[in-house]
Order: sequence, then C-alpha cells, then structure tokens
Amino acid sequence: MLGEIFRRPTKWRLMKNLIFKEIDELIIGSLGIVAFLSFFIGAVVTIQTALNLNNPIIPKYLIGFTARQSIILEFSPTFISIIMAGRMGSYITSSIGTMRVTEQIDALEVMGINPLNYLVFPKLIASITYPFVIALSMFIGILGGYVAGSFGGYLAPEEFIKGLQDDFTPFHIVYAFIKTAVFGFILATVPSFYGYYMEGGALEVGKASTKSFVWTSVAIIVCNYVLTQILLT
Amino acid sequence: MIEVKNLKKSFDGKEVLKGISTTYEPGKTNLIIGQSGSGKTVMLKTLLGVHEPDSGQILFDGKDFAALDPNEKRNLRTEMGMVFQGSALFDSMNVEENIGFPLKMFTNKTNAEIKDRVQEVIDRVELIDANKKMPSEISGGMQKRVAIARAIVNNPKYLFCDEPNSGLDPKTSIVIDELIQEITHEYNITTVINTHDMNSVLQIGEHIVFLKDGKLVWEGNSSEIMQTDNEDIVDFVYSSELLKEIRKFHTNK
Repeated sequence: MLGEIFRRPTKWRLMKNLIFKEIDELIIGSLGIVAFLSFFIGAVVTIQTALNLNNPIIPKYLIGFTARQSIILEFSPTFISIIMAGRMGSYITSSIGTMRVTEQIDALEVMGINPLNYLVFPKLIASITYPFVIALSMFIGILGGYVAGSFGGYLAPEEFIKGLQDDFTPFHIVYAFIKTAVFGFILATVPSFYGYYMEGGALEVGKASTKSFVWTSVAIIVCNYVLTQILLT
Repeated sequence: MIEVKNLKKSFDGKEVLKGISTTYEPGKTNLIIGQSGSGKTVMLKTLLGVHEPDSGQILFDGKDFAALDPNEKRNLRTEMGMVFQGSALFDSMNVEENIGFPLKMFTNKTNAEIKDRVQEVIDRVELIDANKKMPSEISGGMQKRVAIARAIVNNPKYLFCDEPNSGLDPKTSIVIDELIQEITHEYNITTVINTHDMNSVLQIGEHIVFLKDGKLVWEGNSSEIMQTDNEDIVDFVYSSELLKEIRKFHTNK
C-alpha cells in the first residue's frame, strides 16, 4: 500500500486543496479536545504528585519537575496519540470505508485516478504537522499543572517554575518529537489501511473503525517501547 | 465501437466468462442482461478494465486495452464515463463539484470554463435548483442525473451504466432510461448498460446481449426479443404472468 500511495500522483492544483482540507479536519479540528484534555490531565498530574510528595525534606519544586517530565515524556506524545487514534483514526477509517462501500473508490479507479494517492497521501502529509498538536498539548498540560499547583495552594508559582527549569535535558524534547513523528505516521496509515481494504456494508465500516483503533493503539504502544529503549538507554 | 473477442475470465479456477464475442456500436444503447451470477457484472468490470481478461481481446476503436501501456490506459479511461448502481457520488462535494470533478482532474480548463461546461450538462440532464446541494440532500432520481452528468461532462466516447434503474420508482426509471438513450444518440456514444430491468430491455434495448452461466446465448434487439422462441430468454424476460400476457397480446405466442 505504501508504495502505491506515491504512484500516479494527483494534479498539484487539486492535491494542495486536499492537503489543506485534511490539515483542517485532522489537525486543526483536534486542537480543542487536545487542549481540554491536556489542561486537566496536567492539573491532575500536579495535584497527584503534590499529594504524594508530602515528606517535608523533599523540596516542593520537584512537583513542577515531575509534572514536566510526565507531560513531555509520556502524557503528551503517547497518551494524546492514543486518544487521537480514536478521533483521527475513526474518522479516517470510516470516511475511506464509506467511500469503499458506496463505490466512490471504484468511481475514482474507473476514472483513472489512483485512489490511494488521492485519499491517503493528503492525510500522510497532514500528519507531518501532527507534532504541532503535541507541542500545544505539552504547553497547555504544563499550564494546567501550574494553575492547579499555584491556585490549589500546593506550591508557590516560583517553585513550580523552578521545578520546570530543574535538570532540563533538551534531548528529551527531541525524543518526544521523534516519537510524535512516528505516531503521526501510524495515525495516518493504519486507519487508512483498514478503511481502504475493508469489504462489506455499513456494519463492516463500524467493525473496521474498531479494529483500526485497536491496532493503531497497539502499534503506538509497541513503537513507544521500542523508541524509548533505543533513544533513552 | 467496442469489439469483444472470445473473452474469458476465471476467479479461483471457476470460469465466469466463457469466450464471449460481441460488438458494441456507437450511437446505440447496448444492454447486457442475464440472471444473477450469469457474469454480467464481471463482463462490465472487464470492459472497464477493473478486471484483466484471462484471454481474448477488448478493442476500443481498434485499440486493445490489455496491450496498452499504463499512460495509454489512463488516457483511454478519460474517454470512458461510468454510472454506478448506487450513483457513487462523492459525499464531500456538492452537485456542481461532483460533475466538474473529471474536468478538474483531467483537463487544463480554467475554473470559469469548468463552470460553464458543468452548467451545460446540468441543463442537459435537467437538474433543477440542485447545483449547491450535497448528494445526501437530493432524491435517488436526481442522484442518477448527477451521476449521468458527471459521466458525460468530459465528452466520453464510451459510457457504462451498472443497473442505472436500481432503487428507482418505475416512472423515474423510464425517465432515466430515456435520458441515457437520448444522450447516446445525441453524442454518438458507445453505451453499455448492465440491467435487470425488463422495462429497459423492451424500451431502450437497441442491442441486447443475454448471458447465461458465463456464455452469450442470445443477441438481438427489443423487437426481436418479443418474437424469440429461445427458452432461456423467454423464461428470463417473461418471468411474470403479466409479462407473459403482454407477450401473448403482441405476438400470439
């Protein structure tokens, strides 16, 4: 499937619009839910850490440090991607699957258009901008932690900021974005595969969406383990 | 003109088309009829190049489709129009965009030229007040008109229709049949229609091919089908008592 996506390309005049449409649908359309989830999870991570670090000899700023590490290393890249497997993945599988069921893909083929290029390539290109979603998630997650920590009375704002700056390793950001790029690729291709090669009717579209979510999540979790092993050890 | 020569196609060792030969002439509504499983759909999809034949030839005005290189095949496909059973309109596009899609894909026409041509075919298929509507907002009959408009917008030489009356009421079916026939005559298109509809067979069947178990068992036109004594045809076409009575009335058979 991957090779076929790049063959017999669609005219750039049309492809350009398709790419912008997919960026709007898949990336811009996800920002609201990602911001909402990130803010509150960031807040909860901070509160949980504060409640568990109640030994007076442990400095309070470690709450900010822990929140930063949790959000940058795992929560934003991995768990937001699994949530996106539900949102983006279901959309991709059901939209392509419905086109298969209603002969729209056959119509493209008969017209001499490469359906894989026309349907999947724009999604693949849109997924290049996926790290932007995760960068926003990191920022809002940390902001949520700051707000919950400061206004909840768990630590002073300066302490939270000190924790954010403590023992900062720039490579962790690189690691997070390498993971994000791989997850973006998985999010565009696995659901497209399940939608494009599905057979049957409306019921099968639903089944394909479920399968697509399960296998996209599995692929993300396994890649997360492999990349962590390779990049952080 | 499409010439089919000794066309054979098998799936998993089962022969679905068993050496079919026929000629589809331009300016005529050519019908493929037969019971379910007779090979009609495989025949149409093989003509369209969706399936590759195991042996035999399909010549489009003398050009053997199977022998063409990918670019030539692509060019030939732009000369084909297809009306799908379920219309297969693109959900994400409105009526105008659906119809203009082949022009955007395959021509270098400006947006203004595309708009003019789209309006021309919209007028031709008599689609009223539907330009900006989405496919889900229009009736089945109108969806068929949009599908026909999309199929003819790029001035095809060959038009293929897979059960164009499927899901339509009898009155709309007749209108759609007449529209396809008029367009076929007007633009001198080689039209091939896969149908189950006996009204279509009797009304617009200028050349009819009857398939049974993957073999061509009868060929003729709608007048000849009324007169034939071929048992397979009589069983298939005059399957109801009403149709038998009509035949009796017209032919005394």
